[in-house]
Amino acid sequence: MKLSQIAERLSLVPIVEANEPDAEVTGGYCGDLLSHVLSSARPGNLWVTIQHHTNVVAVAQVAGLSAIVIAEGRQPDEATQSRAREGGIALYSSSESTYEIAGRLHRLLSDPT
Amino acid sequence: MKYPIRAGDVEHGGSASARIKAELTAAGVDPITARRAGIVAFEGEMNLIVYSNDGGTLRVSVEPHAVYIEVEDNGPGIEDIDLAMTPGYSTAPDWATDLGFGAGMGLINMRKNSDHFEIHSHVGAGTKIQCWIHRPEPSPAKGQEGS
Repeated sequence: MKLSQIAERLSLVPIVEANEPDAEVTGGYCGDLLSHVLSSARPGNLWVTIQHHTNVVAVAQVAGLSAIVIAEGRQPDEATQSRAREGGIALYSSSESTYEIAGRLHRLLSDPT
Repeated sequence: MKYPIRAGDVEHGGSASARIKAELTAAGVDPITARRAGIVAFEGEMNLIVYSNDGGTLRVSVEPHAVYIEVEDNGPGIEDIDLAMTPGYSTAPDWATDLGFGAGMGLINMRKNSDHFEIHSHVGAGTKIQCWIHRPEPSPAKGQEGS
C-alpha cells in the first residue's frame, strides 16, 4: 500500500510532507532504541516511535525507511523538521499510542480493503 | 572521504552518516552495501559523540570490492572489548539512553553489517575500528555500463 493511502487511512498528521507519497510501504517497525531500529527495521518500513529529536531523521535515512510516525502527540522541534525536509524523510504525528498505530497499520496491510 | 566528529554534538548526530550513504550511492555503490555502510557509519559516529573524550574521525573509502570505514578516537579507550561486544551491555550516560542511544547494540550492529570487522583499543590511548563491507560482484551487463 502507498504511503499516502496509509497516512490517510490512519489519520496521520503530516509535519513534513513525503517526497514520494506513492512509494510502497513494505511493513512497519515500532521502537525507540535507535540501534534496534537500525538492526531490525527493513527498507521501506513505516517507523512508529515516540522519539522526536534530530537523530531519528538520520536513522530513517541510513535505514532507508519509508517515513517516521511520532506517536502519542509528540511534536518534533524545528531542527528535526528542517533535517527531515533536507533529507527527504516524511514526518507524521499521531495522537494515538505506538500500540494503537501499529495495530491499525498491521490490519491495514493485512487486509487493504 | 574524511569526517571529523565532535564529542557531545548530539544535535548533528547522524548527519555525517546520512551524507556518507548518499555519497556512496552517488559513487555507484549498490543500495544494499550503501545501507550497510550507512548503519556502520551511524553507529561509529554516535559512539564518537557519546563516548569519546574529544571527538574523532570517520574515514570512508570505496575500494573495487568493498567499502572501508574506519572510526578512530584518542580515548578514553575500552577496558574490556569482549564485555563491550556483549549485546545489551552499555556504559551510556542517562542523557543518551533518554534519546534512544545506549541500547548496547552499537558495536554489534557494526560487526553485523561488516564482512570483516576489527577493533583495537587501549585505555588512555584510544579506539580504532575498521570495517570492510563487501560489494557484490557486478553483473556482466552492469559492469559494462559507463566503462
